[in-house]
Amino acid sequence: MTADLAAVAADAYPRVVARLIRMTGDWTLAEDCAQEALTSAVQRWPREGVPANPGGWLMTVARNCAVDVLRRGSVERRKLAELGALTPTEEEGPETLDDEEIVDDRLRLIFTCCHPALALESRVALTLRTICAVPTAEVARAFLVSESTMTRRLTRAKRKIVEARIPYRVPTGPALAERLPGVLAVLYLLFTQGYNADGEPAFAAEAIRLARLLRRLMPGQSEVSALLALFLLQHSRRHARQDAEGNLLSLERQDRSLWDRDAIAEGLDLVAGLDRDGPYGLQARIAACHATAPSPPETDWPEIAGHYDELARIHPTPVVELNRAVAHGYAYGPRAGLAMLARARSGGGLHDHPLALAAEADLTSRIGDHTRAAALFRQAAAVAHSEPERRALLDRAEENAR
Amino acid sequence: MKYMMFVCTDAQPDTDRSDLPDIEAWVAQNDAQGRRLRGAELAPESVATTVRVRAGELILSDGPFAETKEVIVGFDLLECENLDEAIEVARAHPMARAGRLELRPFADSGQ
Repeated sequence: MTADLAAVAADAYPRVVARLIRMTGDWTLAEDCAQEALTSAVQRWPREGVPANPGGWLMTVARNCAVDVLRRGSVERRKLAELGALTPTEEEGPETLDDEEIVDDRLRLIFTCCHPALALESRVALTLRTICAVPTAEVARAFLVSESTMTRRLTRAKRKIVEARIPYRVPTGPALAERLPGVLAVLYLLFTQGYNADGEPAFAAEAIRLARLLRRLMPGQSEVSALLALFLLQHSRRHARQDAEGNLLSLERQDRSLWDRDAIAEGLDLVAGLDRDGPYGLQARIAACHATAPSPPETDWPEIAGHYDELARIHPTPVVELNRAVAHGYAYGPRAGLAMLARARSGGGLHDHPLALAAEADLTSRIGDHTRAAALFRQAAAVAHSEPERRALLDRAEENAR
Repeated sequence: MKYMMFVCTDAQPDTDRSDLPDIEAWVAQNDAQGRRLRGAELAPESVATTVRVRAGELILSDGPFAETKEVIVGFDLLECENLDEAIEVARAHPMARAGRLELRPFADSGQ
């Protein structure tokens, strides 16, 4: 019962919020009333039983709540009159939550929360809070800030949406192509927040849920499918990424029997259906190569290196250049990798980066210069971003020092 | 919805100045569509005077208060449906590339 209720709530809450925002234009009111509807469900459903249309029930309660609040506020009377749609009439019958309109509302909500006029961190936080209904305290923990700081950040973002009049809509035409990458970047950051060693694991699952939703709402967009595939393929390794002590394990040390076969199959299916290779499509193809390799030595590194070449062409970032050098190191020998890494680091942005030092250490170790490799692993450990990462690097240093 | 668009210089303008939009065409088009209510170019900041009152005393200083590389060189008052429309109007302004534009909604015209 409680689990059912939680599932219904997780599904219905953002729909209710999305529709109320469209009706009232008031983000806080919409969230408060959706919350109130959930609270009455928790109190009444266990006694009275779950209604036949739980989503519609919640929507009706939330809408009545919004009408009540607007009626109480004298300033809002004019607005209430304008929102004649807010007053339920007998003929209308119960609310429904599964029509096309709601699909549009949710998509509008995603595009509004991810509007590029908001700071990237605010976009991620707002998405978590408003679309995923993650409590503010948990969002704050993921961003390593206090709850009151996060509350202020969310309030500021919602104020900007209203006061600068960020439109509550999905852009059309060329504007959609401009805005979609921003939405995908928010989902990617959300996933990363969940996937990092010290992150909030539930956020990775939320990112997957949102990517699924977005794909259902925008089935024709190849990069949306690619992003979902990338998430699934990476998330398939979640049970194999750490050892019993919580140390991070690199791909080649993971027990592949622990990988989630269903997630991999779904990811590979999506990759097979891609019709255009954008940045996420290429990353998904790389993840697919790793997921299908029966063992580390059987990994198709030349294929992976080719995808990185293409990725570096259309989306050159220091991290892409770094991974490209590593891939070339495995495909064409450690010296080729080191040469490429040196070029990537001369471009700036990778100086003293723990991953760059670790990559150089690994390639150096494979050349056979274990003394230098050990020193580089220690150097990488000194600047590592998380404790599990640091421990893993020190282990590698010790192996090379022996 | 009214937006004040501050037209500013930028330390890192776009180096590609080919096909730079024509400012007169921009003004004519947005005036005709009722999206530009008025606008003006400002005299350089060297002509500016800063006014402050501290503890009842008037303090005047020559030029802008802070040493800044980016300065406001003009403004346009826009009337747009929403921020996206204002962004589209701003992106077509030549100073979007040669400098930067800051869009600020009027505080009381939202509701």
